[in-house]
Amino acid sequence: MEAYIFYIMAAVSVTAAVYLIFEKNPVYSALYLILTLVSIAALYILLEAQFIAAVQIIVYAGAIMVLFLFVIMLLSLNIKEELKDAIPFQKIPALFMGILLFSVLCIILKSKFVQGKQGEYTSAYVASVGNTKLIGNLLFTDYLLPFEITSILLFVAAIGAIMLAKRKL
Amino acid sequence: MNKDLLIYLTITCIKIFIVFGVIQFMIISMIWFERKIMAHMQVRLGPMRVGPHGLLQPIADGIKLLFKEDIIPEKANKFLFVLAPVMTLVPALITFAVIPFGDKIKIFGYSIDLVITDINVGFLYIFAVSSLGVYGVVMAGWASNNKYSLLGGIRSSAQMISYELTLGLSLIGVVMLTGSLSLVDIVNAQAKIWNIILQPIGFFIYVTSAFAEVNRTPFDLPEAESELVAGYHTEYSSMKFAMFFMAEYANMITVSAIAVTFFLGGWQGPFLPPVVWFMLKLSGCLFFFIWVRSTYPRLRYDQLMHFGWKFLLPLSLFNILITGLVMVIKG
Repeated sequence: MEAYIFYIMAAVSVTAAVYLIFEKNPVYSALYLILTLVSIAALYILLEAQFIAAVQIIVYAGAIMVLFLFVIMLLSLNIKEELKDAIPFQKIPALFMGILLFSVLCIILKSKFVQGKQGEYTSAYVASVGNTKLIGNLLFTDYLLPFEITSILLFVAAIGAIMLAKRKL
Repeated sequence: MNKDLLIYLTITCIKIFIVFGVIQFMIISMIWFERKIMAHMQVRLGPMRVGPHGLLQPIADGIKLLFKEDIIPEKANKFLFVLAPVMTLVPALITFAVIPFGDKIKIFGYSIDLVITDINVGFLYIFAVSSLGVYGVVMAGWASNNKYSLLGGIRSSAQMISYELTLGLSLIGVVMLTGSLSLVDIVNAQAKIWNIILQPIGFFIYVTSAFAEVNRTPFDLPEAESELVAGYHTEYSSMKFAMFFMAEYANMITVSAIAVTFFLGGWQGPFLPPVVWFMLKLSGCLFFFIWVRSTYPRLRYDQLMHFGWKFLLPLSLFNILITGLVMVIKG
Protein backbone atom coordinates (compact mmCIF):
# COMPACT_ATOMS: atom_id res chain seq x y z
CA MET A 1 0.00 0.00 0.00
CA GLU A 2 2.72 2.46 1.06
CA ALA A 3 4.80 1.53 -1.97
CA TYR A 4 1.89 2.26 -4.33
CA ILE A 5 1.30 5.67 -2.75
CA PHE A 6 5.01 6.38 -2.99
CA TYR A 7 5.15 5.55 -6.69
CA ILE A 8 2.04 7.58 -7.50
CA MET A 9 3.25 10.62 -5.55
CA ALA A 10 6.80 10.33 -6.92
CA ALA A 11 5.43 10.17 -10.46
CA VAL A 12 3.20 13.19 -9.85
CA SER A 13 6.02 15.26 -8.38
CA VAL A 14 8.50 14.43 -11.15
CA THR A 15 5.94 15.00 -13.90
CA ALA A 16 4.88 18.31 -12.39
CA ALA A 17 8.52 19.35 -12.05
CA VAL A 18 9.16 18.58 -15.72
CA TYR A 19 6.06 20.53 -16.76
CA LEU A 20 7.18 23.39 -14.52
CA ILE A 21 10.31 23.77 -16.62
CA PHE A 22 8.78 23.25 -20.07
CA GLU A 23 5.60 25.30 -19.60
CA LYS A 24 5.69 28.62 -21.50
CA ASN A 25 3.04 30.32 -19.40
CA PRO A 26 4.58 31.43 -16.06
CA VAL A 27 1.27 31.12 -14.20
CA TYR A 28 1.05 27.44 -15.18
CA SER A 29 4.67 26.98 -14.13
CA ALA A 30 3.88 28.35 -10.67
CA LEU A 31 0.84 26.09 -10.37
CA TYR A 32 2.94 23.06 -11.34
CA LEU A 33 5.46 24.04 -8.67
CA ILE A 34 2.64 24.03 -6.11
CA LEU A 35 1.67 20.53 -7.28
CA THR A 36 5.29 19.41 -6.87
CA LEU A 37 5.50 20.84 -3.36
CA VAL A 38 2.23 19.23 -2.28
CA SER A 39 3.20 15.81 -3.63
CA ILE A 40 6.56 16.04 -1.88
CA ALA A 41 4.64 16.81 1.32
CA ALA A 42 2.82 13.52 0.76
CA LEU A 43 6.21 11.78 0.53
CA TYR A 44 7.17 13.33 3.88
CA ILE A 45 4.05 11.82 5.43
CA LEU A 46 5.12 8.41 4.11
CA LEU A 47 8.44 8.97 5.89
CA GLU A 48 6.47 9.59 9.13
CA ALA A 49 7.56 13.23 9.19
CA GLN A 50 4.10 14.75 9.60
CA PHE A 51 5.39 18.02 11.01
CA ILE A 52 7.66 18.67 8.04
CA ALA A 53 4.82 17.75 5.69
CA ALA A 54 2.42 20.21 7.30
CA VAL A 55 5.01 22.98 7.43
CA GLN A 56 5.96 22.31 3.82
CA ILE A 57 2.37 22.95 2.75
CA ILE A 58 1.78 25.90 5.11
CA VAL A 59 5.00 27.76 4.31
CA TYR A 60 5.90 26.83 0.75
CA ALA A 61 2.66 25.84 -0.94
CA GLY A 62 0.44 28.11 1.13
CA ALA A 63 2.38 31.31 1.68
CA ILE A 64 5.41 31.67 -0.58
CA MET A 65 3.76 30.37 -3.74
CA VAL A 66 0.79 32.71 -3.30
CA LEU A 67 3.22 35.63 -3.36
CA PHE A 68 4.91 34.14 -6.46
CA LEU A 69 1.55 33.91 -8.20
CA PHE A 70 0.76 37.45 -7.13
CA VAL A 71 3.84 38.88 -8.76
CA ILE A 72 3.47 36.79 -11.91
CA MET A 73 -0.18 37.72 -12.35
CA LEU A 74 0.48 41.41 -11.86
CA LEU A 75 3.49 41.51 -14.18
CA SER A 76 2.66 39.17 -17.04
CA LEU A 77 -0.77 40.17 -18.17
CA ASN A 78 0.31 39.79 -21.80
CA ILE A 79 1.71 36.30 -21.96
CA LYS A 80 2.45 36.31 -25.68
CA GLU A 81 5.53 38.39 -25.16
CA GLU A 82 8.37 36.13 -26.12
CA LEU A 83 10.67 34.91 -23.42
CA LYS A 84 14.23 35.88 -24.17
CA ASP A 85 17.23 34.09 -22.73
CA ALA A 86 19.05 36.65 -20.63
CA ILE A 87 22.29 34.64 -20.54
CA PRO A 88 22.61 33.02 -23.99
CA PHE A 89 26.02 31.43 -23.39
CA GLN A 90 24.74 29.24 -20.55
CA LYS A 91 23.22 26.59 -22.83
CA ILE A 92 26.33 24.50 -23.53
CA PRO A 93 27.67 24.50 -19.94
CA ALA A 94 24.15 23.69 -18.71
CA LEU A 95 23.94 20.71 -21.07
CA PHE A 96 27.35 19.50 -19.91
CA MET A 97 26.46 19.83 -16.22
CA GLY A 98 23.18 18.07 -16.82
CA ILE A 99 24.89 15.08 -18.41
CA LEU A 100 27.38 15.03 -15.53
CA LEU A 101 24.60 15.04 -12.91
CA PHE A 102 22.69 12.33 -14.77
CA SER A 103 25.75 10.08 -14.97
CA VAL A 104 26.50 10.57 -11.26
CA LEU A 105 22.91 9.60 -10.45
CA CYS A 106 23.26 6.51 -12.69
CA ILE A 107 26.50 5.49 -10.94
CA ILE A 108 24.87 5.86 -7.53
CA LEU A 109 21.82 3.83 -8.57
CA LYS A 110 24.05 1.10 -10.07
CA SER A 111 26.24 0.73 -7.03
CA LYS A 112 25.11 -0.54 -3.64
CA PHE A 113 23.27 1.85 -1.38
CA VAL A 114 25.43 3.32 1.31
CA GLN A 115 24.10 2.31 4.69
CA GLY A 116 24.94 4.60 7.57
CA LYS A 117 24.68 3.46 11.14
CA GLN A 118 21.26 3.61 12.70
CA GLY A 119 20.49 6.80 14.63
CA GLU A 120 18.92 6.97 18.06
CA TYR A 121 15.53 8.12 16.75
CA THR A 122 13.91 4.99 15.39
CA SER A 123 10.46 5.29 13.88
CA ALA A 124 8.94 3.40 16.83
CA TYR A 125 10.48 5.94 19.24
CA VAL A 126 9.30 8.89 17.14
CA ALA A 127 5.78 7.43 17.03
CA SER A 128 5.69 6.97 20.81
CA VAL A 129 6.82 10.53 21.66
CA GLY A 130 5.22 12.35 18.77
CA ASN A 131 6.93 13.89 15.81
CA THR A 132 6.23 17.54 16.62
CA LYS A 133 7.14 17.18 20.29
CA LEU A 134 10.49 15.64 19.42
CA ILE A 135 11.38 18.38 16.94
CA GLY A 136 10.31 21.04 19.44
CA ASN A 137 12.41 19.53 22.22
CA LEU A 138 15.48 19.30 20.02
CA LEU A 139 15.06 22.85 18.69
CA PHE A 140 14.88 24.33 22.18
CA THR A 141 17.66 22.24 23.76
CA ASP A 142 20.42 20.92 21.50
CA TYR A 143 19.88 23.28 18.58
CA LEU A 144 18.86 26.43 20.45
CA LEU A 145 21.69 28.61 19.13
CA PRO A 146 21.22 27.75 15.42
CA PHE A 147 17.47 28.18 15.89
CA GLU A 148 17.84 31.65 17.39
CA ILE A 149 20.40 32.70 14.79
CA THR A 150 18.05 31.58 12.02
CA SER A 151 15.19 33.57 13.50
CA ILE A 152 17.35 36.70 13.80
CA LEU A 153 18.46 36.21 10.18
CA LEU A 154 14.85 35.99 9.01
CA PHE A 155 13.93 39.04 11.08
CA VAL A 156 16.77 41.08 9.59
CA ALA A 157 15.76 39.93 6.11
CA ALA A 158 12.17 41.07 6.72
CA ILE A 159 13.33 44.48 7.92
CA GLY A 160 15.67 44.74 4.93
CA ALA A 161 12.86 43.95 2.52
CA ILE A 162 10.69 46.66 4.04
CA MET A 163 13.56 49.16 3.91
CA LEU A 164 14.23 48.41 0.24
CA ALA A 165 10.58 48.57 -0.74
CA LYS A 166 9.68 51.67 1.26
CA ARG A 167 12.43 54.28 1.40
CA LYS A 168 10.17 56.68 3.24
CA LEU A 169 8.47 55.11 6.17
CA MET B 1 -7.03 -8.09 3.62
CA ASN B 2 -7.64 -8.96 7.25
CA LYS B 3 -10.91 -8.45 9.06
CA ASP B 4 -9.90 -5.57 11.35
CA LEU B 5 -8.66 -3.42 8.49
CA LEU B 6 -11.86 -4.08 6.55
CA ILE B 7 -14.02 -3.04 9.50
CA TYR B 8 -11.88 0.04 10.05
CA LEU B 9 -12.20 1.10 6.42
CA THR B 10 -15.96 0.52 6.40
CA ILE B 11 -16.48 2.57 9.56
CA THR B 12 -14.28 5.40 8.23
CA CYS B 13 -16.15 5.49 4.92
CA ILE B 14 -19.50 5.62 6.72
CA LYS B 15 -18.24 8.46 8.91
CA ILE B 16 -17.03 10.40 5.88
CA PHE B 17 -20.39 9.98 4.13
CA ILE B 18 -22.34 11.07 7.20
CA VAL B 19 -20.15 14.14 7.86
CA PHE B 20 -20.21 15.13 4.20
CA GLY B 21 -23.99 14.71 4.03
CA VAL B 22 -24.56 16.73 7.18
CA ILE B 23 -22.36 19.56 5.91
CA GLN B 24 -24.21 19.63 2.58
CA PHE B 25 -27.51 19.75 4.42
CA MET B 26 -26.22 22.53 6.68
CA ILE B 27 -25.07 24.57 3.68
CA ILE B 28 -28.54 24.33 2.15
CA SER B 29 -30.32 25.20 5.38
CA MET B 30 -27.86 28.05 6.07
CA ILE B 31 -28.99 29.76 2.87
CA TRP B 32 -32.58 29.75 4.12
CA PHE B 33 -31.61 30.78 7.66
CA GLU B 34 -29.43 33.63 6.46
CA ARG B 35 -32.18 35.08 4.28
CA LYS B 36 -34.84 34.63 6.95
CA ILE B 37 -32.82 35.94 9.92
CA MET B 38 -31.50 38.94 8.00
CA ALA B 39 -34.99 39.71 6.76
CA HIS B 40 -36.45 39.68 10.25
CA MET B 41 -33.59 41.83 11.57
CA GLN B 42 -34.41 44.35 8.85
CA VAL B 43 -38.17 44.12 9.57
CA ARG B 44 -38.98 42.20 6.38
CA LEU B 45 -40.46 38.75 5.94
CA GLY B 46 -37.87 37.27 3.60
CA PRO B 47 -38.78 34.38 1.27
CA MET B 48 -42.39 33.33 1.85
CA ARG B 49 -43.67 31.90 -1.46
CA VAL B 50 -42.02 28.51 -1.94
CA GLY B 51 -43.29 26.15 0.75
CA PRO B 52 -44.36 27.17 4.25
CA HIS B 53 -42.36 30.24 5.29
CA GLY B 54 -40.21 29.81 2.21
CA LEU B 55 -38.69 26.56 3.52
CA LEU B 56 -38.21 25.16 0.02
CA GLN B 57 -36.53 28.34 -1.22
CA PRO B 58 -32.98 26.84 -1.23
CA ILE B 59 -34.18 24.00 -3.46
CA ALA B 60 -35.83 26.49 -5.81
CA ASP B 61 -32.59 28.49 -5.86
CA GLY B 62 -30.58 25.36 -6.60
CA ILE B 63 -32.84 24.35 -9.49
CA LYS B 64 -32.71 27.88 -10.88
CA LEU B 65 -28.91 27.88 -10.79
CA LEU B 66 -28.74 24.44 -12.43
CA PHE B 67 -30.85 25.57 -15.37
CA LYS B 68 -28.99 28.83 -15.94
CA GLU B 69 -26.71 29.03 -18.93
CA ASP B 70 -23.15 28.12 -18.02
CA ILE B 71 -21.01 30.85 -19.57
CA ILE B 72 -17.27 30.58 -19.97
CA PRO B 73 -15.84 33.86 -21.32
CA GLU B 74 -14.10 33.46 -24.66
CA LYS B 75 -10.78 34.99 -23.57
CA ALA B 76 -10.79 33.16 -20.24
CA ASN B 77 -8.32 30.45 -19.40
CA LYS B 78 -10.78 27.56 -19.63
CA PHE B 79 -8.99 24.93 -17.56
CA LEU B 80 -8.24 27.17 -14.59
CA PHE B 81 -11.66 28.83 -14.89
CA VAL B 82 -13.32 25.45 -14.35
CA LEU B 83 -10.82 24.31 -11.72
CA ALA B 84 -11.07 27.41 -9.50
CA PRO B 85 -14.52 26.77 -7.93
CA VAL B 86 -13.46 23.22 -7.09
CA MET B 87 -10.25 24.48 -5.51
CA THR B 88 -12.24 26.77 -3.20
CA LEU B 89 -14.83 24.20 -2.16
CA VAL B 90 -12.62 21.17 -1.50
CA PRO B 91 -10.28 22.64 1.17
CA ALA B 92 -13.31 23.95 3.05
CA LEU B 93 -14.79 20.46 3.18
CA ILE B 94 -11.71 18.34 3.96
CA THR B 95 -10.84 20.35 7.08
CA PHE B 96 -13.64 18.43 8.78
CA ALA B 97 -11.53 15.26 8.70
CA VAL B 98 -9.88 16.15 12.02
CA ILE B 99 -12.72 17.88 13.89
CA PRO B 100 -14.16 15.73 16.71
CA PHE B 101 -17.95 16.00 16.83
CA GLY B 102 -18.71 13.59 19.68
CA ASP B 103 -17.38 11.27 22.33
CA LYS B 104 -16.59 7.59 21.79
CA ILE B 105 -19.68 5.47 21.18
CA LYS B 106 -20.09 1.69 21.20
CA ILE B 107 -21.96 -0.06 18.40
CA PHE B 108 -22.02 -3.90 18.21
CA GLY B 109 -19.04 -4.10 20.54
CA TYR B 110 -16.85 -1.81 18.44
CA SER B 111 -15.83 1.46 20.03
CA ILE B 112 -16.04 4.23 17.47
CA ASP B 113 -14.44 7.66 17.82
CA LEU B 114 -16.75 10.35 16.52
CA VAL B 115 -14.03 12.01 14.49
CA ILE B 116 -12.99 10.92 11.00
CA THR B 117 -9.32 10.71 11.94
CA ASP B 118 -7.40 11.80 15.01
CA ILE B 119 -3.92 12.77 13.82
CA ASN B 120 -1.30 14.18 16.18
CA VAL B 121 -0.73 17.20 13.93
CA GLY B 122 -4.43 18.06 13.61
CA PHE B 123 -3.82 21.75 14.29
CA LEU B 124 -1.18 21.99 11.56
CA TYR B 125 -3.37 19.98 9.18
CA ILE B 126 -6.15 22.56 9.49
CA PHE B 127 -3.79 25.37 8.56
CA ALA B 128 -2.13 23.43 5.78
CA VAL B 129 -5.51 22.78 4.18
CA SER B 130 -6.91 26.24 4.70
CA SER B 131 -3.77 27.86 3.29
CA LEU B 132 -4.50 26.01 0.03
CA GLY B 133 -7.96 27.56 -0.10
CA VAL B 134 -6.47 30.84 -1.34
CA TYR B 135 -5.58 29.33 -4.70
CA GLY B 136 -9.19 28.93 -5.80
CA VAL B 137 -9.71 32.67 -5.37
CA VAL B 138 -6.42 33.61 -7.04
CA MET B 139 -7.08 31.28 -9.97
CA ALA B 140 -10.66 32.50 -10.41
CA GLY B 141 -9.48 36.09 -10.46
CA TRP B 142 -6.77 35.48 -13.00
CA ALA B 143 -8.48 32.94 -15.26
CA SER B 144 -11.57 35.11 -15.80
CA ASN B 145 -9.48 37.62 -17.76
CA ASN B 146 -11.48 40.49 -16.34
CA LYS B 147 -9.97 43.46 -14.53
CA TYR B 148 -12.54 43.43 -11.74
CA SER B 149 -12.02 39.72 -11.21
CA LEU B 150 -8.24 40.15 -11.07
CA LEU B 151 -8.45 43.04 -8.62
CA GLY B 152 -10.94 41.14 -6.49
CA GLY B 153 -8.82 38.01 -6.54
CA ILE B 154 -5.64 39.84 -5.58
CA ARG B 155 -7.40 41.79 -2.87
CA SER B 156 -8.98 38.68 -1.49
CA SER B 157 -5.78 36.68 -1.41
CA ALA B 158 -3.86 39.54 0.24
CA GLN B 159 -6.57 39.68 2.88
CA MET B 160 -6.60 35.93 3.39
CA ILE B 161 -2.81 35.67 3.75
CA SER B 162 -2.71 38.56 6.22
CA TYR B 163 -5.43 37.19 8.44
CA GLU B 164 -4.31 33.57 8.21
CA LEU B 165 -1.31 34.61 10.27
CA THR B 166 -3.36 36.02 13.15
CA LEU B 167 -5.81 33.12 12.83
CA GLY B 168 -2.95 30.69 13.46
CA LEU B 169 -1.36 32.74 16.23
CA SER B 170 -4.67 33.16 18.08
CA LEU B 171 -4.92 29.38 18.49
CA ILE B 172 -1.31 28.97 19.70
CA GLY B 173 -2.42 29.99 23.22
CA VAL B 174 -4.88 27.09 23.32
CA VAL B 175 -2.22 24.69 22.05
CA MET B 176 0.16 25.93 24.76
CA LEU B 177 -2.41 25.31 27.48
CA THR B 178 -3.27 21.85 26.17
CA GLY B 179 0.22 20.76 25.24
CA SER B 180 -1.02 18.84 22.22
CA LEU B 181 -1.77 19.49 18.57
CA SER B 182 -4.44 16.80 18.43
CA LEU B 183 -7.96 18.20 18.34
CA VAL B 184 -9.32 15.29 20.38
CA ASP B 185 -6.88 16.14 23.20
CA ILE B 186 -7.85 19.80 23.00
CA VAL B 187 -11.53 18.95 23.45
CA ASN B 188 -10.80 16.51 26.28
CA ALA B 189 -8.76 19.16 28.10
CA GLN B 190 -11.83 21.43 28.21
CA ALA B 191 -13.96 19.05 30.31
CA LYS B 192 -13.85 21.35 33.34
CA ILE B 193 -13.36 24.83 31.96
CA TRP B 194 -13.75 26.12 28.43
CA ASN B 195 -10.83 27.78 26.73
CA ILE B 196 -12.87 30.91 26.02
CA ILE B 197 -12.54 31.77 29.74
CA LEU B 198 -8.80 31.06 29.80
CA GLN B 199 -8.09 32.68 26.44
CA PRO B 200 -10.51 35.60 25.98
CA ILE B 201 -8.05 37.65 23.89
CA GLY B 202 -7.28 34.61 21.76
CA PHE B 203 -10.99 34.08 21.14
CA PHE B 204 -11.51 37.70 20.14
CA ILE B 205 -8.58 37.55 17.69
CA TYR B 206 -9.78 34.22 16.31
CA VAL B 207 -13.32 35.45 15.67
CA THR B 208 -12.13 38.66 13.98
CA SER B 209 -9.63 36.85 11.77
CA ALA B 210 -12.16 34.14 10.96
CA PHE B 211 -14.56 36.76 9.58
CA ALA B 212 -11.77 38.10 7.38
CA GLU B 213 -10.64 34.62 6.37
CA VAL B 214 -14.04 33.59 5.02
CA ASN B 215 -14.64 37.01 3.41
CA ARG B 216 -17.78 37.84 5.36
CA THR B 217 -19.08 41.27 6.32
CA PRO B 218 -17.51 43.49 7.70
CA PHE B 219 -14.50 42.14 5.78
CA ASP B 220 -16.21 41.22 2.50
CA LEU B 221 -14.00 43.50 0.40
CA PRO B 222 -13.29 40.92 -2.31
CA GLU B 223 -16.87 41.28 -3.46
CA ALA B 224 -17.41 44.95 -2.69
CA GLU B 225 -20.19 45.57 -5.22
CA SER B 226 -19.72 49.30 -5.39
CA GLU B 227 -16.06 49.04 -6.44
CA LEU B 228 -15.48 45.61 -7.93
CA VAL B 229 -18.86 44.45 -9.38
CA ALA B 230 -18.65 41.02 -7.72
CA GLY B 231 -14.92 40.55 -7.24
CA TYR B 232 -13.34 37.28 -8.29
CA HIS B 233 -16.61 35.61 -9.26
CA THR B 234 -17.83 38.38 -11.58
CA GLU B 235 -17.63 36.14 -14.66
CA TYR B 236 -19.07 33.02 -13.07
CA SER B 237 -22.58 31.81 -13.69
CA SER B 238 -24.78 28.77 -13.16
CA MET B 239 -23.42 25.95 -10.98
CA LYS B 240 -19.88 27.33 -10.95
CA PHE B 241 -21.16 30.41 -9.18
CA ALA B 242 -23.17 28.15 -6.90
CA MET B 243 -19.97 26.33 -5.97
CA PHE B 244 -18.34 29.58 -4.83
CA PHE B 245 -21.48 30.28 -2.88
CA MET B 246 -21.36 26.82 -1.28
CA ALA B 247 -17.65 27.26 -0.54
CA GLU B 248 -18.40 30.45 1.39
CA TYR B 249 -20.94 28.64 3.54
CA ALA B 250 -18.73 25.57 3.91
CA ASN B 251 -15.90 27.85 5.07
CA MET B 252 -18.22 29.48 7.58
CA ILE B 253 -19.20 26.08 8.97
CA THR B 254 -15.54 25.03 9.10
CA VAL B 255 -14.27 28.09 11.00
CA SER B 256 -17.27 27.84 13.35
CA ALA B 257 -16.45 24.18 14.02
CA ILE B 258 -12.82 25.13 14.76
CA ALA B 259 -14.03 27.87 17.14
CA VAL B 260 -16.25 25.34 18.90
CA THR B 261 -13.42 22.82 19.16
CA PHE B 262 -10.73 25.21 20.35
CA PHE B 263 -12.64 27.66 22.53
CA LEU B 264 -16.17 26.48 23.30
CA GLY B 265 -15.45 23.04 24.68
CA GLY B 266 -16.19 20.99 21.56
CA TRP B 267 -18.85 18.36 22.24
CA GLN B 268 -18.57 18.74 26.04
CA GLY B 269 -21.72 19.67 27.89
CA PRO B 270 -24.16 18.35 30.50
CA PHE B 271 -27.40 16.32 30.04
CA LEU B 272 -27.67 16.28 26.24
CA PRO B 273 -25.72 13.81 24.06
CA PRO B 274 -22.31 15.14 22.84
CA VAL B 275 -23.29 15.32 19.15
CA VAL B 276 -26.30 17.49 20.01
CA TRP B 277 -24.09 19.82 22.04
CA PHE B 278 -21.67 20.11 19.16
CA MET B 279 -24.43 20.97 16.72
CA LEU B 280 -25.99 23.48 19.13
CA LYS B 281 -22.70 25.34 19.60
CA LEU B 282 -22.03 25.23 15.87
CA SER B 283 -25.47 26.69 15.14
CA GLY B 284 -24.85 29.43 17.69
CA CYS B 285 -21.60 30.41 15.95
CA LEU B 286 -23.29 30.39 12.55
CA PHE B 287 -26.08 32.59 13.87
CA PHE B 288 -23.41 35.00 15.08
CA PHE B 289 -22.02 35.21 11.54
CA ILE B 290 -25.43 36.20 10.17
CA TRP B 291 -26.06 38.61 13.04
CA VAL B 292 -22.78 40.44 12.39
CA ARG B 293 -23.53 40.59 8.66
CA SER B 294 -26.77 42.45 9.22
CA THR B 295 -25.21 44.75 11.82
CA TYR B 296 -21.92 46.12 10.54
CA PRO B 297 -20.99 48.06 7.40
CA ARG B 298 -17.99 47.13 5.27
CA LEU B 299 -14.49 48.35 6.15
CA ARG B 300 -12.26 50.22 3.74
CA TYR B 301 -9.35 48.24 2.31
CA ASP B 302 -6.56 50.22 4.02
CA GLN B 303 -8.44 50.06 7.32
CA LEU B 304 -8.61 46.30 6.95
CA MET B 305 -4.88 45.94 6.34
CA HIS B 306 -3.93 48.34 9.13
CA PHE B 307 -6.23 46.55 11.54
CA GLY B 308 -4.75 43.17 10.64
CA TRP B 309 -1.05 44.03 10.69
CA LYS B 310 -0.84 46.86 13.19
CA PHE B 311 -3.40 45.83 15.76
CA LEU B 312 -4.32 42.13 15.58
CA LEU B 313 -0.82 40.77 14.94
CA PRO B 314 0.87 42.56 17.89
CA LEU B 315 -2.11 41.70 20.06
CA SER B 316 -1.85 38.00 19.22
CA LEU B 317 1.91 37.99 19.92
CA PHE B 318 1.18 39.73 23.23
CA ASN B 319 -1.41 37.07 24.02
CA ILE B 320 1.14 34.30 23.43
CA LEU B 321 3.65 36.12 25.65
CA ILE B 322 1.14 36.53 28.50
CA THR B 323 0.01 32.90 28.21
CA GLY B 324 3.61 31.70 28.40
CA LEU B 325 4.36 34.00 31.33
CA VAL B 326 1.34 32.82 33.33
CA MET B 327 2.16 29.20 32.59
CA VAL B 328 5.75 29.65 33.81
CA ILE B 329 4.65 31.46 37.00
CA LYS B 330 2.00 28.85 37.79
CA GLY B 331 4.50 26.11 36.98
